[in-house]
Amino acid sequence: MLAYIVRRLWQIIPTLLGVILLIFFLFNVVGGDPAYLLAGKISNPEQIANIRKQLGIDEPYYVQLWIFVKQVVTFDFGSSWSTNEAVSSIFATRLPASLMIGIPLLILETVIAVVIALGVAYLRGSFTDRAAMITCTVAQSVSILVYIIIFQYVLAYKFGWFPVQGWGNGFFENLFKFAALPILIALVVSLAPNIRLYRTFLLDETNQDYVRTARAKGLSENRVMFVHVLRNASIPIITNLMIQLPGLLVGLFLIERFFSVPGIGREVILAVERSDFPVIKAITVYVALATMLANLAADLLYKAVDPRVELK
Amino acid sequence: MTTAVMNPSATTTGQRSPGLWSLAWRRLLADKVAVIALAVVVFFLLLSLASFFGVVAKGWNREVAINYAPPTLFKDSNKPSADLAPGKAAQSGPAIDGAVAKAPLDNDRDPLRDVINELKTQLGQSSGTEAAGDIKIVDPLADVMAELRKKLGRVGEEGAAAVDEKKLESLQFGADKWGRDVLQKVIQGSETSILVGFAAAIVATLIGTFLGALAGYFGGKTDDVLNWFYSIFSSIPYILLVLAIAAVLKQKGILTVVLILGLTGWTSIFRLVRAEYLKHKARDYVRAANAIGASNMRRMFVHIFPNISHVVLVQLSLHVVLFIKSEVILSFLGFGVPVDTVSWGSMLNEAQNELILGYWWQLAAATAFMAILVTAFSLFTDALRDALDPKLK
Repeated sequence: MLAYIVRRLWQIIPTLLGVILLIFFLFNVVGGDPAYLLAGKISNPEQIANIRKQLGIDEPYYVQLWIFVKQVVTFDFGSSWSTNEAVSSIFATRLPASLMIGIPLLILETVIAVVIALGVAYLRGSFTDRAAMITCTVAQSVSILVYIIIFQYVLAYKFGWFPVQGWGNGFFENLFKFAALPILIALVVSLAPNIRLYRTFLLDETNQDYVRTARAKGLSENRVMFVHVLRNASIPIITNLMIQLPGLLVGLFLIERFFSVPGIGREVILAVERSDFPVIKAITVYVALATMLANLAADLLYKAVDPRVELK
Repeated sequence: MTTAVMNPSATTTGQRSPGLWSLAWRRLLADKVAVIALAVVVFFLLLSLASFFGVVAKGWNREVAINYAPPTLFKDSNKPSADLAPGKAAQSGPAIDGAVAKAPLDNDRDPLRDVINELKTQLGQSSGTEAAGDIKIVDPLADVMAELRKKLGRVGEEGAAAVDEKKLESLQFGADKWGRDVLQKVIQGSETSILVGFAAAIVATLIGTFLGALAGYFGGKTDDVLNWFYSIFSSIPYILLVLAIAAVLKQKGILTVVLILGLTGWTSIFRLVRAEYLKHKARDYVRAANAIGASNMRRMFVHIFPNISHVVLVQLSLHVVLFIKSEVILSFLGFGVPVDTVSWGSMLNEAQNELILGYWWQLAAATAFMAILVTAFSLFTDALRDALDPKLK
């Protein structure tokens, strides 16, 4: 087990190096010279040269790449080009807001989606099943933008049930007042694809022989669906959850933007708008790292769920 | 290599036993939902082609109506004219759905149907206020005249004199901030979104298929390198990678959006195609091809590819939907198509502010068009997958 984890962690290194190379290529080679951008409209050659020296982009590429690698390893990306805030402090202060929306969302979404999927999988082929699937398809076809615009307008602006946007200081104030509507919208948006996905996972299992055996033994339908089928379908469900996990870091960037939630996702959009390269570089590299770790965690969870799985 | 994909009925020839494609085609036609979905998709394709060649929605940029002219489609207009008698007005609600499903079928027989429909809509629009529409059909120069009159009208406005032809006070789908026809805008937006969706999906499919074929077929070092490449791209969340590239590429344009989406979206196609090539490369027919001296490239793309092209086709279809949705988000954020191009995303961006003022029609039009197309395309993709792979259920 330990040997397996160590080996997997070891395998992360070449991929992480690849990500660093890709980001470096994008921002330092394709992205061009940011000095003109930073100096603004009124600039003289001296200022430009000065900025270039500060950023280290007058060095050859291999030196710049080495600086970037050092930044990744030491978690020190310097400071944002536009606000001068340290990138590490941006991470520390923006992450809580993203997680405040992301974690309750993930829990609610998984529980609700699994329960509904179990229901429609149980009623497979019936009118309810078909109607639910068509509803999901249509719901998925409407852009997330439309959900946000309409929910924000109707529930917050018209009815005044939620604040239109903003973020507070207290934990509970944020969770129950400001995060409530963002979580609701994200829930509505993510339920449709997840129900469809989990339904197929569950259907793969309900056709298996062991389900017939369980029913033949006279087990209640609840026990068959919730214990036998659900446990066996949990591997693909866990995979799907783990795939979504790193997304929590980036947050639901559109929702954060609409509701002015000071999270990582909004920071990404702001950084792209301002061409704030250090912030984008840092977020991309660390989210990629988080994704690789989440994949490892998923594989370890398989073993916990299904003892037949061999880790090799 | 796309010819095999694009031409499903090519293998249907007289006496031979039906091939995969003709069987799949028959299965697809047996599915009512699939046929309707396909009809809707074809309608949208024709619409965007017509818009591309300037047949419809040419004047989306013209300010034909007053600012925020209200839509007349779903309610009786303020002054009910003969055209908008209650019976007719009641029909106009379901008319959109009906038109969407019917039009492509009619199109096969009547090439001018689109033009006539367009004229009819114009007639419908103007009949709400003035009888100008009647003239248009009789007089081919009516458009020019109207243009001239409008210019005159603009001059006249300054003098505050009563002008012969005013800007329209209502339109079927309403008007935006500058009085531009929302219907024409949304058609123009369909063109942009469909163009971007298809072009990006083709780019992504070409990259994914080519790399996947190389990795699966050659294995060994090639596979290792390409897998490394794959793991790099797949470890960065898709939308983050898209935004990162959007940040780097300064110039905006349709080509940029296509490249961003295409260069980032190939990973799942790569994985599937690689797995297929791994499976197929050891099969007897490939060994036989090897024995008669077919080159590697020939074995990969002439022998194996037709046998896996159904997987590629389904992926292509899935990615069109994915990229249309992504383009809308990119354009909404302002990282997508340039300002002088209409897209559903940029319409939603404008609509976001209009909604608070109570002008909901641009939001409704962009949402409805996008939802209809994406629903139809998703249903079609599902049916396509079922038809091509009957074992999968």
